[in-house]
Amino acid sequence: MEKLDLELLMKIADLHGIPEGSYNIRKNGKSLGRASTEDVEIVPKTDKDGIDIIVKAGVKGKSVHIPVILTAGDMLDKVYNDFYIGKGAEVTIIAGCGIHNDTCGESRHDGVHTFYLEEGSSVRYIERHYGEGAPEGKKEFTPVTKAFLKKGASLYMESTQLGGVTFTDRLTTATLRAGAKFTVREKLLTNGTDKAITRFKVKLLGKDSSVDVVSRSVARGSSYQSFISDVIGKNRCFGHVECDSILLDNARILSTPRIDAISPEASLVHEAAVGKIAGEQLIKLMSLGLTEQEAEDTIIKGYLQ
Amino acid sequence: MLELKNVSYQIKEQGERPVKILSGIDLAFPDGTITVITGQNGSGKSTLIKLIMGLEKPSSGSILYNGEDITSLSVTERARLGFTTAFQQPVRFKGITVKKLLDIACGRQSNLSELCDHLSRVGLCARNYIDRELDGSLSGGEAKRIELAMAIAKGGDVFLLDEPEAGIDLWSFADLTKLFESLRGKTVLIVSHQSKIMEIADNIVLLDKESAPVTGSREKMLPLLENRGGLCAARQGV
Repeated sequence: MEKLDLELLMKIADLHGIPEGSYNIRKNGKSLGRASTEDVEIVPKTDKDGIDIIVKAGVKGKSVHIPVILTAGDMLDKVYNDFYIGKGAEVTIIAGCGIHNDTCGESRHDGVHTFYLEEGSSVRYIERHYGEGAPEGKKEFTPVTKAFLKKGASLYMESTQLGGVTFTDRLTTATLRAGAKFTVREKLLTNGTDKAITRFKVKLLGKDSSVDVVSRSVARGSSYQSFISDVIGKNRCFGHVECDSILLDNARILSTPRIDAISPEASLVHEAAVGKIAGEQLIKLMSLGLTEQEAEDTIIKGYLQ
Repeated sequence: MLELKNVSYQIKEQGERPVKILSGIDLAFPDGTITVITGQNGSGKSTLIKLIMGLEKPSSGSILYNGEDITSLSVTERARLGFTTAFQQPVRFKGITVKKLLDIACGRQSNLSELCDHLSRVGLCARNYIDRELDGSLSGGEAKRIELAMAIAKGGDVFLLDEPEAGIDLWSFADLTKLFESLRGKTVLIVSHQSKIMEIADNIVLLDKESAPVTGSREKMLPLLENRGGLCAARQGV
């Protein structure tokens, strides 16, 4: 791997080199390395670009790395990854994509990830998006995540995009059966003329299923963010969606909540707050000796921590 | 010595008539003294603290510290000069831990023993708090104690504490007064209505909307505060 590859892998997946266990590293549309283990098998698809990740039933405490890096301009990399998580398995999946685009062209990664979680399985899914390179070069992501959670399954999804990405359109859908739990923690920072769209659609079909989405974002410069959530409760269930955003400079944030309690036993909550940094927060930190700029940076860093 | 010379402060909303909050205030706080500032609601106690810390600018008059005019100094500059404040209403921060805030207050990374020291002085166990965010999940009393811990951690020469006892349960009042006693040697201004806090003061300032502040030693002021007639006489300079 080249130095740039390693730097990108470090930024998106905290990898210093080839990871242990199962992994698939993809660079500019091609596989840079792949390994399966007895517990977690990674099989390339034959009909289209992508892989199947098959986690055996009952496997505990394993991790899988499937990072993607793009270091070329004028490139569209589309990949279909399907995750089959066996009954009662517990696994951490570290995905994410880093783009280094030094050209003035477009560099784009479309990752379509589909999760099939069997009964009682549990997945921790970490996805980090990062862009760098020439300012005029486009670094774009349009990730699609589809999740199907069977009885008692649990999916924790952490998505982080802290700058450098000029355009994102993220779509996440989930269907939950009885007792299944879906947790989302999103952190997003946009700047300049970046545009980021986040869409969630969650169907709570099973009794006592639940979803908890917390999105924290900061929009600077003249960037634009749109957060759209749609939670449908068709049974006795609980849904909570929270979208908190800090708005700076001339940025704009649009938050559109939709909650649909089809069942009278559904309990669905949406909270949204968009605004500037509270003046009292700046003043408090300044009274501890920070300058206004240091105070602002501290608040934003903490907020997106 | 901290001095206020002919300080006035008024607020004016657009289209409204200006409202005087403080008018021609002259006060002096000698080095190393504890002064309790008291007075009725709306008498300008919190405003006085804000003016001294630089959170608000006086409409007229000047603030002197060790003979130097600091009226135009920013909050940051005053904080670096040794002014430390604890707000009446603690500020909440999403995502910032108690440890991070104490580190900012200290100006460096603190170790566990230092964090324990700061938090135990306000009656909290560090282990239960340092990794918690100073957000809405903390009770008002906990947030207030952490607010005080930040002031202690920051240190300084002039402490401006705005109703530091508000929201803190009465059973730990003795510890709180002990904390203020430990600041003896610094110039400490405490906005308070509590007689137990007044009892540790060297001096007491009584602010009043309608007349000039009445100031004096604790021995002189406490009986006056307990006796309305005496207070009227004091205001009239009798």
